[in-house]
Amino acid sequence: MSRKPFVRPVSKTGWWLKHPRYMRYMSREVTCVFIGAFALLMLCTVERLSKGQAAYDSFIAALQGPLSIFGMLLVLIFALHNATSWFNVTPKALPVQIGEEFLAGKYIIGAHYAVWIVASLVVLFFAGVL
Amino acid sequence: MTQLKKRMVQLEVLRYDPEKDSEPHFQKYEVECNEEWVVLDALNAVKESLDPTLAYRWSCHMAVCGSCGMMINGEPKLSCHAFLRNYDGVIRVEPLANFPIERDLVTVADDFIDKLKRVKPYLIPKEKKTIAEGEYKQTPAQLMKYRQFSMCINCMLCYAACPEYALQPKFLGPAAITLAHRYNQDSRDGGRDERQEVIATNEGVWECSFVGACSEVCPKAVDPAGALQQVKVASTLDWFKEHLLPGGSK
Amino acid sequence: MAKSNKPIFWSLFAAGGTLAAFLAPVLVLLFLMVAMGHTPSLLSYANLHAFAANWLGKLFLLGVITLFLWHAAHRLRVTLHDFGLRQDPVVAVVVYLVAAAGTGLSVLYLLRI
Repeated sequence: MSRKPFVRPVSKTGWWLKHPRYMRYMSREVTCVFIGAFALLMLCTVERLSKGQAAYDSFIAALQGPLSIFGMLLVLIFALHNATSWFNVTPKALPVQIGEEFLAGKYIIGAHYAVWIVASLVVLFFAGVL
Repeated sequence: MTQLKKRMVQLEVLRYDPEKDSEPHFQKYEVECNEEWVVLDALNAVKESLDPTLAYRWSCHMAVCGSCGMMINGEPKLSCHAFLRNYDGVIRVEPLANFPIERDLVTVADDFIDKLKRVKPYLIPKEKKTIAEGEYKQTPAQLMKYRQFSMCINCMLCYAACPEYALQPKFLGPAAITLAHRYNQDSRDGGRDERQEVIATNEGVWECSFVGACSEVCPKAVDPAGALQQVKVASTLDWFKEHLLPGGSK
Repeated sequence: MAKSNKPIFWSLFAAGGTLAAFLAPVLVLLFLMVAMGHTPSLLSYANLHAFAANWLGKLFLLGVITLFLWHAAHRLRVTLHDFGLRQDPVVAVVVYLVAAAGTGLSVLYLLRI
């Protein structure tokens, strides 16, 4: 009997469209575009800050408006998606063994959300928002 | 005797005869099944009453041997673990994804077996003991450190689910790396450095991007995705020790 | 096969991802407020300049910008690979160069404040 194994082709670009679980993975991964863009925005802010009041103030003025609001909201959504997906997988990467048991994931995740809320409140306080 | 509830089940099975076909094609079957059956039972009924030429692997029929993995409606599943009551309409049955098709639902598993072997999946004792010196002892807490990862039944569903394995066939893959981690975590073992040479490579754990599909399809809750992230953390600490500490890792 | 050098980039990705998970949403919120015309008082020139003039403030800004950049760079490398752009060595050099440039510029600008 002769063997002739058949290799099924896989799309290198469209494989992730084939199943919701892969689309969820991609949605998590593309948050990096928005985090990166925001980092560049902060870099620009620092640059303008270093150039003096006039440069900085016109930069802040340029950041205002509906297009900006839309952009920031988009970044916010992806930043939140990164945060939640990050917290949810932390127990898998860093399991905590206590004796013969492992600390249930929900405590580790819960602790992350608690720190997140506290950190956010602290920032808002120092920013003068609260 | 109570009447067993019956149901006509339609299957669409991917066929491939290497001696006759240039490529695989679907074949439809309709077979009477008991309501509580699994897809494997339906395949057996097909083979028994309709088409004896249908080829597929199976053995224990209770999700412990890992033989009967196949794609059922596009999802990697053990056919003995896929209950007909969870499926409506035509059930599409294909061989496990990301492996070459040998014939019908039988895949070529050689790549998987090779990779299992490469990670040295056996105890390399820290201190060798003769039989006279007695057993290697281990506390329950030490056992729990790796026990979950020892539950793998080598069913290859994780390889079928992993898109990185689909895109890069050289990737060692979830089960093989999890198996290496199982031994690395074993208090009796001293072979971690040897295994790191195999798994801390670009085709080892670093091809993994934590899609997590492997853990989602694993029938034994081994959580290979978790194991691989733990290997990444350990390998990263190794890297820093080797590159930053004077004298390297030793 | 030789052991990978990915750990260094992965640890930056992991550190940046953790920092981004905790801090990005609230920081974006501050900029969202700017966009809506309600600039928070910390983002006024006087206050932000004072913040960045302080060494701790510099460290905070440097840490956030650079770790976010290195996180995004490594994840983008992997994501482009997933999207079918398979020339990984080229992509890696490009994304890490951008992150490195961003890091250098951050230091430069912060030192000027």
